[in-house]
Amino acid sequence: MRATLAFASLWRHPMRTLLAIFGLAIAAALLIDMVMLATGMRASFKSLLTSRGYELRVTPRGTLPFDTEATVGNAAALVASLRAHPDIERVSPSVGTTVQIASTRTTQSGSAFALGTQPDVQGEYSVLSGRAPSATDSTLREVIANTVLLARLQVSVGDTINVSVGRSAQLRLSEVAERAVIVGEARFLYVPPGLPAISAPLRAVQSLLGEAGRDRISLAMASIRADSGGAAATSARTEAVRTWIEQTHARVTAISTETAIVQVEERLAYFRQLALILGALSLVIGVLLVTTLVSLSVNERLGELAVLRAIGVARSGILHQIMLEGLMLGFAGIAIGLGLGLITARWLNAILRDFPGLPADLDFFVWSPEAAWKSLAMLLVAATLAGAWPAWRASKVRVAQALREEAIG
Amino acid sequence: MTATTPLIEARNLVRRYRTGATDVAALRGVSLTIMPGEFVAIVGASGSGKSTMLHLLGAVDAPDSGQVLLEGRDISQLSDADATRLRLLRIGLVFQRFYLMPTLSALENVELPMAEAGASTTVRRERAKSLLSFVGLGERTDHRPSQLSGGEQQRVAVARALANKPALLLADEPTGELDAATGAALIALLQQLNRDGLTCVLVTHDAALARSAQRVVTMRDGQIVSDERVAEPVA
Ligand SMILES: Nc1ncnc2c1ncn2[C@@H]1O[C@H](COP(=O)(O)OP(=O)(O)OP(=O)(O)O)[C@@H](O)[C@H]1O
Ligand SMILES: [Mg+2]
Repeated sequence: MRATLAFASLWRHPMRTLLAIFGLAIAAALLIDMVMLATGMRASFKSLLTSRGYELRVTPRGTLPFDTEATVGNAAALVASLRAHPDIERVSPSVGTTVQIASTRTTQSGSAFALGTQPDVQGEYSVLSGRAPSATDSTLREVIANTVLLARLQVSVGDTINVSVGRSAQLRLSEVAERAVIVGEARFLYVPPGLPAISAPLRAVQSLLGEAGRDRISLAMASIRADSGGAAATSARTEAVRTWIEQTHARVTAISTETAIVQVEERLAYFRQLALILGALSLVIGVLLVTTLVSLSVNERLGELAVLRAIGVARSGILHQIMLEGLMLGFAGIAIGLGLGLITARWLNAILRDFPGLPADLDFFVWSPEAAWKSLAMLLVAATLAGAWPAWRASKVRVAQALREEAIG
Repeated sequence: MTATTPLIEARNLVRRYRTGATDVAALRGVSLTIMPGEFVAIVGASGSGKSTMLHLLGAVDAPDSGQVLLEGRDISQLSDADATRLRLLRIGLVFQRFYLMPTLSALENVELPMAEAGASTTVRRERAKSLLSFVGLGERTDHRPSQLSGGEQQRVAVARALANKPALLLADEPTGELDAATGAALIALLQQLNRDGLTCVLVTHDAALARSAQRVVTMRDGQIVSDERVAEPVA
């Protein structure tokens, strides 16, 4: 009976109620998006960093992976030393540089990011078609390219390209270009969207760089040997290896995935704060909407509520009924808001993914049941609280006085 | 309880209203004793304190001083929760403007006090149906108040007042919004209820309604100025 009354009183002004529900849905959608944003970046970054099982990243001292042009020398010795450590399972060294590429078939040319890796252990790309370049090459012979490059140069797997080091077209003229065959198409995990990229064996790229590349790498990724100790034990061992690397090799910085995530989070703190503020604001807006609407409807019905009290409905009964109205509004708004939130999250995610300089695979809005529950719980608590104030006022209606006013009015 | 115990008794009731600087005494020491089974009409000029009196008898409002005894128990100082419970279970209220819940059907309006009292759905639905048939609306149970005439709405209101089998029916100008014929039919209904043993107190301006009571209490300026038995109430 109470639910019937609550529902009916909302339905008495369908337009008003629908507008409020719609407003609430927008606030709910915003909140859900912001929670997805605040928790999603972290989750996405973590899965991106750990997707190939490398927990440690070794870079020139004081730099982040491919953050600068810096490299470390004596790379072979460094990699050998890492590989000799009992807790390290695999090491993937790589070097990155900018190259100029020209198609031998079409007239297209342009600059691209070139990544030297060891194809058998690399954790930088996944092959979409064709194959990875031959691991034994020590000069540039075969490359694998990303989709952007193939499109930009209007070439395809099997075509030949000229590759030269250098930032500009003018420089390229003075350089000797190396010929290479595109043997495959790949998706590069950490390359920003829209950036043409190729990968070739590490030694081939090093030799392409000449003296500047001799025995130098930009990054070495290391994976930690698995054991039965569980996540905490692995994490502790990772940290031990990390400390060992930095103590043994003064020229490098070793970052674990965990610290990398923390650092990324620090860099994205502004984003998260903004998300939290917007989320909190949308909660406040939702609360105000519900309070306003329920207050309005209570004020209109004071006489009716007084009649209910007069014929024996308890104060708590009025309280329940009005709070139920708030909750019904809340539920309807949240249900619509959830759908709306997911749609807008997908849309915003697509926009943010195109942000220059970020890995193409990084998601900003990540749907997680936890995020959903969090925002739903917050919204429901908010809707309950929002209804509480007008409900309390309604339950305090002075019966005799209100009946009298109703009789006169 | 014996037949000599009053059903309801007002003792020296005083009720003042303060509005700003002025102090209106709506009731100035009113005493009234009503025995079980009586049919009492309270009449008097506008502003004489009739509604105030009815609210005090029905535990809707509390006096500044004096007592109201219902079945021997003082109900003038009850807590809000106790007064509410008493109104729910022992008192039936009928208002001039019916005051049905506009969003509920006739049946649901009658069910409402029973639901509040904790009756099961089947029990209250059955009783609501039989009450509506009793007041002559057996065929209109699903209509909303706005789909009923004034007289029909007031009958629903009477059925609602009877829902929890009250000891006392209090009606404030129940025919005030009805035409003469409809009013007369409603009076006949109340008289029938009274014959079946229900004690009724009604406030009225309506001379016809007053003549149908066994006893007419006249108020003026917050006091009772006459209390007469009617030899032969008009049926
Ligand atoms: N809440 C209130 N505030 C101020 N004065 C009030 C209030 N309620 C009643 N009064 C005053 O008390 C007096 C009695 O009012 P009451 O409503 O009991 O009269 P009544 O006999 O029912 O009149 P009517 O026939 O017009 O309904 C009136 O003078 C009225 O103005
Ligand atoms: Mg009155």
